[in-house]
Amino acid sequence: MKKSNLFLMLMLLALTLVLAACNFGAEEEKPASEDGKKEGTEETTEGGPKELNLVVASEPPSMHPQLATDSTSNAVLKNVFEGLTTVKDGEVIEAAAEKVDVSEDGLVYTFTLRDAKWSNGDTVTAEDFAYAWTFALTPENASEYASILYPIKGAQAFNLGEGSAEDLGIEVVDEKTLKVTLENPTPYFLELTAFKTYYPIHKATAEANDTWFAEAGDQYISNGPFTLSEWQHGGSMTLEKNANYWDADNVALDTVNISMVESETTAATMFDKGEIDFLGAPYQSVALDVIDRYKEEGILNISDYASIYVYKFNTTDEIMSNVNIRKALTLAIDRQGLIDNITKGEQTPATGMVPAAVKGFEEDRGYMKDNDIEEAKKALELGLQELGLSDASELDIKLSFNTSEAHAAIAQFIQEGWRTNLGIEVTLDNSEWQVYLDKLSNLDYQIARLGWIGDYNDAYTFLEMYNSADNGNNDTGWENAEYTALLEQSNKEQDPAKRLELLKQAEAIIMSEYPVAPIYYYTNLSVKKDYVENMELDALGNIYLKYVDIKK
Amino acid sequence: MLRYIFKRLVYILIALFIIITATFFLMQLAPGSPFASERDFPPQIEEQLNAKYGLDNPWYIQYKDYLVDTVSFDFGESMKYKGRSTNDIISESFPISLTLGIEAMILSIGLGIFLGVIAALYHNKFPDYLASTIAVLGISVPSFILAGLMQYFLAYKLDLFPVSGWKGFNYSILPALAIAITHAGFIAKLTRSSMLEQSSSDYVKMARSKGLGKWTIVIRHTLRNALMPVITYLGPLTAGVVTGSFIIEQIFAIPGLGRHFVTSITNRDYTVIMGTTVFYSIILLFAVLIVDILYSVIDPRIKLKGAKK
Repeated sequence: MKKSNLFLMLMLLALTLVLAACNFGAEEEKPASEDGKKEGTEETTEGGPKELNLVVASEPPSMHPQLATDSTSNAVLKNVFEGLTTVKDGEVIEAAAEKVDVSEDGLVYTFTLRDAKWSNGDTVTAEDFAYAWTFALTPENASEYASILYPIKGAQAFNLGEGSAEDLGIEVVDEKTLKVTLENPTPYFLELTAFKTYYPIHKATAEANDTWFAEAGDQYISNGPFTLSEWQHGGSMTLEKNANYWDADNVALDTVNISMVESETTAATMFDKGEIDFLGAPYQSVALDVIDRYKEEGILNISDYASIYVYKFNTTDEIMSNVNIRKALTLAIDRQGLIDNITKGEQTPATGMVPAAVKGFEEDRGYMKDNDIEEAKKALELGLQELGLSDASELDIKLSFNTSEAHAAIAQFIQEGWRTNLGIEVTLDNSEWQVYLDKLSNLDYQIARLGWIGDYNDAYTFLEMYNSADNGNNDTGWENAEYTALLEQSNKEQDPAKRLELLKQAEAIIMSEYPVAPIYYYTNLSVKKDYVENMELDALGNIYLKYVDIKK
Repeated sequence: MLRYIFKRLVYILIALFIIITATFFLMQLAPGSPFASERDFPPQIEEQLNAKYGLDNPWYIQYKDYLVDTVSFDFGESMKYKGRSTNDIISESFPISLTLGIEAMILSIGLGIFLGVIAALYHNKFPDYLASTIAVLGISVPSFILAGLMQYFLAYKLDLFPVSGWKGFNYSILPALAIAITHAGFIAKLTRSSMLEQSSSDYVKMARSKGLGKWTIVIRHTLRNALMPVITYLGPLTAGVVTGSFIIEQIFAIPGLGRHFVTSITNRDYTVIMGTTVFYSIILLFAVLIVDILYSVIDPRIKLKGAKK
């Protein structure tokens, strides 16, 4: 018995060893050699290949420009694809298009493409753009971001299954000319053509293989400054300079290594140790507990970001339907105190609906004062009278947010402010993200937090969602005929100054009825190593790696 | 014996069926959808998405689909990661978790038995106290704290290891240690107590009176019998360690399977939830079965229920 016992033990041990050896071997082989290569190149950086190391927070859910919806996918797509236009230093410039002609009435855009090539050497044609846009709008493809193409004539009808692809205002005149007809003159249309859903895709590959975008390699054909050369799912991605890119001479970097690191603390340690060269959205974010340290070291960059953190009021709720109560709650928030003590990211207190990073909205429009307790108390009294209540303590308000330490801290700060300044008791209610989204869209809440990031640098992206109570992004049940009319008018107005005026009038209306309490405009925090140059965030939080250089 | 195994296999099938059913109905009950985001899209698009992934079918059709999927072991496309099948996700991330898990297991068994033996041999002396202290610390300090500390001191301050990632052997040492230490603590405690029990038994006294050396007795006699409880612990340990740890994978940025268990649920990625659940259940059920069979082989005193002699 003892012998068999020992034998079995040995067998077990041997089995474990074999298993371990074979699995590690297979897994280790490739990365190990890659590692060696990396170390080798690092030593010979002077004049050698230029490498940039970055991290993102998660695996990008989709690397298909028309199917991607999130910022992680966007961060990579922005650098492997290129639209008709792109953004440089806050200005829209031509990219894949050489020349853009706009008709008198602002309805017809004619794009002349430059001699650009795909990463496999094929020519980028107008057909590729038309194919990609039609792909996004085809209902069966269920692109979640298709609505951003709606300014194109017939797009909405086709996407919602009412029209046909032939009626779309997308016309391929010849290989190099694309003519786009719009529903309304859309003054920000050239901002849109820089957006990911407007990128072209290589028609031949996409038609041959409907999951071409799921893996890196030969099948993944792109037209941007970089190609996606390696993709270890959940682990890392490697971008290589695209030799076929039309402006390849002006691309400094040779390789960009992007690792997926979910933990902010780990990412910060990696930055401290020099494993990565840049940290900050969209390439992970600077963890709250290291902000102060980076500030002391003087390396923290703060840039404006076209996005806003708000509390929405459910205007179909019995208490929240009262405009004075909403006003009182909106005014009695100490935004500066919140930013200094809780969020600590140098955000800007929001006193309007459109972030200061948006063109034409840099100045405060003076709709309200931050932490205006006196006015708030007056409004509260009025509101209580209207509701037939005698005391603020009779109000029982529920504040909802999705489970997260940061949102909880903000909610507690504001709850305390409302309690001490207005005497209103507020209960906090947190739920998991998916459940929370359900509550929002079913108007099953009283006050709820939400963030909104602009898709394009125009006030319209922040105002459009409140144009009707049925708008899926409204979530407040509020609507106002005058407001809706002003927005419609702004879409037809061709004079930029007049249009800006219309948008500001619309903003003034929403800021007098308080369906939403703006809290703060986000900022983007980032840190980078000294040798990284031109790595700048634009107002939409994008980084174009095309311009980035490394000088060691 | 064969009959016993057959019977257990039937139980496993029944257990799997119950697990799938429970998972399915819990998924149906949970609010939210895999496509929800703060940016709303038209209901027509949502209908198209539901149709694409079969979510517009009545519940019994969906239930049937999941059962068929499980039998054919093809769970379909992930709803979150476009163009990626659940099978791909499992087959790409499982080898990584497996490698890390086996490394952690070897470490924990080696370390645990070593500490346990030392503690038992020097019972109530300094090495015993030291080994026991290490073991208790290992059990009580949570792995994510240990991971954070190791990352800070060993990787950042001393620069011995990379901070995170999965690009070679030296990337796996810290995470394997972080997983191993808790289990090593348990194993050390188990080994110590059963070693002490054995050393007062007759056959050890006999061996000692024959004049055999201390270590010879341990290796040739005591340890073998003392390892029984450790083997019991091995079954669940294997299943747990081999399928990956969410927290360790998150901290060390390892593209393993562990994170999919948790993130698929928060994403409401139904196909991945089902795939990972079934996969994990199979591994756990079989690990337990193998340990039960091993028992009877190692210690003939244990008779398996249903086994005919």
